[in-house]
Amino acid sequence: MYGLGIIKGMGVVLRHFVRSYVDDVKWVNKGGRYYNDEALLVRQGPKGEGIKTVFYPEEKLPMPERFRFVPFLVTDEPPPGQRWGHDWCTSCGICAKVCPPQCIWIERGKQPNGRPKPEPEKFFIDIDICMNCGYCAEFCPFDAIKMDHDYELASYDRRTAHIHDKERLSKPISYWREIAPKKAEAEELARQMAEAAKAKKKDKDGDGREQRISEAVARQLYYQGLQY
Amino acid sequence: MSDTTLDPVTTPPPVDTLTPAQEATARLKELHPNIVSDDTREGYEGLIVYADSITEVAKSLRDELGFNYLSSVTGVDYLEEGKLEVVYHLYNIARGGGPVVLKAQVNRDEPVLPSLTPIFPGADFQEREAFDMYGFNFLGHPDLRRILTWDGFNGHPLRKDWKEPFYEEENKPFGSRWPDGQVFRAEEHNPYGKNVQYPPGWVPTGDEYDVETDVYLGLSYSRDSTPGLKTDKVTVNLGPQHPSTHGVFRMVVTLDGETIVDLKPVMGYLHRNHEQIGERNTFNMNMPYTDRLDYLSSMSNNLGYAITIEKLFDMTVPERAEWIRILMVELTRICNHLWALGFLLNDLGALQTPMLYFYLERELILDFFEATSGARMLCNYMRFGGLAYDLPDEVRGVPTLKFLEELIFNRLPSVLDQGDDLITGNEIVRARAIGVGILTPQDAIAMSTAGPLLRASGVPYDIRRAEPYSYYEHLDFDVAVRYNGDIYDRYLIRIDEMRQSLRILEQVLPHLKRTMGAPIIGDKPQYAMRAPRAGESYGRVENPKGELGYYVTTKRRSGNPERYHVRAPSFINLTALGPMSRGYKIADVVAILGSIDIVLGEVDR
Repeated sequence: MYGLGIIKGMGVVLRHFVRSYVDDVKWVNKGGRYYNDEALLVRQGPKGEGIKTVFYPEEKLPMPERFRFVPFLVTDEPPPGQRWGHDWCTSCGICAKVCPPQCIWIERGKQPNGRPKPEPEKFFIDIDICMNCGYCAEFCPFDAIKMDHDYELASYDRRTAHIHDKERLSKPISYWREIAPKKAEAEELARQMAEAAKAKKKDKDGDGREQRISEAVARQLYYQGLQY
Repeated sequence: MSDTTLDPVTTPPPVDTLTPAQEATARLKELHPNIVSDDTREGYEGLIVYADSITEVAKSLRDELGFNYLSSVTGVDYLEEGKLEVVYHLYNIARGGGPVVLKAQVNRDEPVLPSLTPIFPGADFQEREAFDMYGFNFLGHPDLRRILTWDGFNGHPLRKDWKEPFYEEENKPFGSRWPDGQVFRAEEHNPYGKNVQYPPGWVPTGDEYDVETDVYLGLSYSRDSTPGLKTDKVTVNLGPQHPSTHGVFRMVVTLDGETIVDLKPVMGYLHRNHEQIGERNTFNMNMPYTDRLDYLSSMSNNLGYAITIEKLFDMTVPERAEWIRILMVELTRICNHLWALGFLLNDLGALQTPMLYFYLERELILDFFEATSGARMLCNYMRFGGLAYDLPDEVRGVPTLKFLEELIFNRLPSVLDQGDDLITGNEIVRARAIGVGILTPQDAIAMSTAGPLLRASGVPYDIRRAEPYSYYEHLDFDVAVRYNGDIYDRYLIRIDEMRQSLRILEQVLPHLKRTMGAPIIGDKPQYAMRAPRAGESYGRVENPKGELGYYVTTKRRSGNPERYHVRAPSFINLTALGPMSRGYKIADVVAILGSIDIVLGEVDR
């Protein structure tokens, strides 16, 4: 029959229309469908039905651990009264060398006698250029630069606000543990194993073979990220 | 699925017979002994052809040897030897297999050689691109104008002695970043208004017609087409700022009433010279840039580039990584086709509703990509010899494999069925789409179209079968094909392809379970990789939009490619847009363009 196709299509639309209310009813006794973290996770998940809208900024989707946005620098826990602790960065420059759009500028620290000091004097990231690829965090041998989850970076003036300096970039390690707990744990473990392997290397009686295995394990942990 | 198929994958030893490409190469040397010779440079393969006779060789390849598909045409600059080279990759559509590679070398100062457009109309845009980037003068090309850069562009940017207005260094990483990095913004050194040079004798008039005379003069205005009422032909610019062009893309059309007399696509508004950026970059750095080509299917772009470099570096990929790669690529195909169909229906006037229904499921795939790679669209997930990360533990609070099973066995098939119910039988869509924008199989092959566009015209050519890469030869799926070559078939074939992708995904899932915990990358990735050998490498994959190829050459121990070329499917598929639209109404053009499915990030590069 001519017109059957259109009617069938309208049926699909009607089904969607009805379904969008069914899910509302299901959540009535459980705190409502909107502005409810539990409901948000379900309706955005693989079993979600009905309206999918997220009411940003009142509602925000939880970020997966690996979510990557403009990087930040990791420091030790800050001593009381200060905002940052000791930098983990040794200004080795690998992040600046691997950065595809070349948005990282590092000025290496200098000792009084002019020799390089393993910490950055200045550290800049031009977030207009940064393409959020995550290479800096991936290749940093000291876990000193990590990708952030803070995506709300809009500002009124791109000329002054979009070059982040060391002060703006530094965040304590506790922040990283908060946003990526599993990954931080795995990295911690990998670091400990590397440390242990190093100690064994110094000890001349150590068994070289065992040490190689633990290095391989550490490497695997590091690159698999979550196989902790 | 039986247990036998779950055995670890082993590749059978190569059979000792000549491939179609080897056969054709040997035959060519017999046919044209004085014209062709082997490329003897270390790491290179193919045939060097005497440039003036390239048409003869191409003709015998097409007519006698069955290599009737000119896939890629590109230039290479060998500054030290003082030569420019054009590299042609031709394929045998009927028999599949690898390419016959032809190379024509010309003098750098006077790069003149015959055009292949009379034999392969598909060379049209690619030769224009080579002219634009290198300054080749293709004799006999009907419309040799700049294509990606604009008319007032000075020089040919991919020549090795050309420098951009703000030139820092030949290769990254730049010395100014470390150890003494003083931050600056490039625009401070390169202020607006002072960063442009015009070619000698070229004056910017500010009048569009003066600048673009060539575009308008190139159109056909034949006046005797309609008997009876005398009508004027009208030239109309569709775009660049037009919602139906899917980005900044312009079509200059001549109209007779509402009927299209001629159409010329104008592109390059999003041009950033991806290829030159790629030649400045190290091998590693290019990976996130490939995301930005066809930004709707970044995973497939990654795969193509990874395969090309793995060939060059002679790397192997662990089994689990291959399975995850196929998982990602097939999900990307579904993602892309859902998007493409949504927009095609949008263009046909089914505004938003079908599109949003498709997107609901696409969101779930993107959620999975985000949890795995850290980004929804620009994933940057593949590495040379493997992957960046293993699959995550959970996606949106659901264990990953459960999430994937729900997606593959439940959500995605049901959205396809729903799409079928919603649109496939719809009388309005059928009236608009059936018999419109017809592309015959002969034209489709001659114009080098690829992907769904080619297969909807009745040519069952799929690289996953013709020249299998990754583990596709171990997977059971059909090459989707439709025979009418109109918009409606291009719609249907995308649904077919998604169903085939689901079939593949169902086969991949058990392997993911089996290889749980296995390594996903061979060796710890180095941040600075150097090429172990000099030479070239061409890798191609079946992207959702068609054949995506990368041509890379390098020097030994070099950290960056000397030449980095992308054979972009949407760009070359546009060759068919003009011939497909002639004779149809102006409202159909929008739908015909939608059915090609272009992404401007890839067209303009």
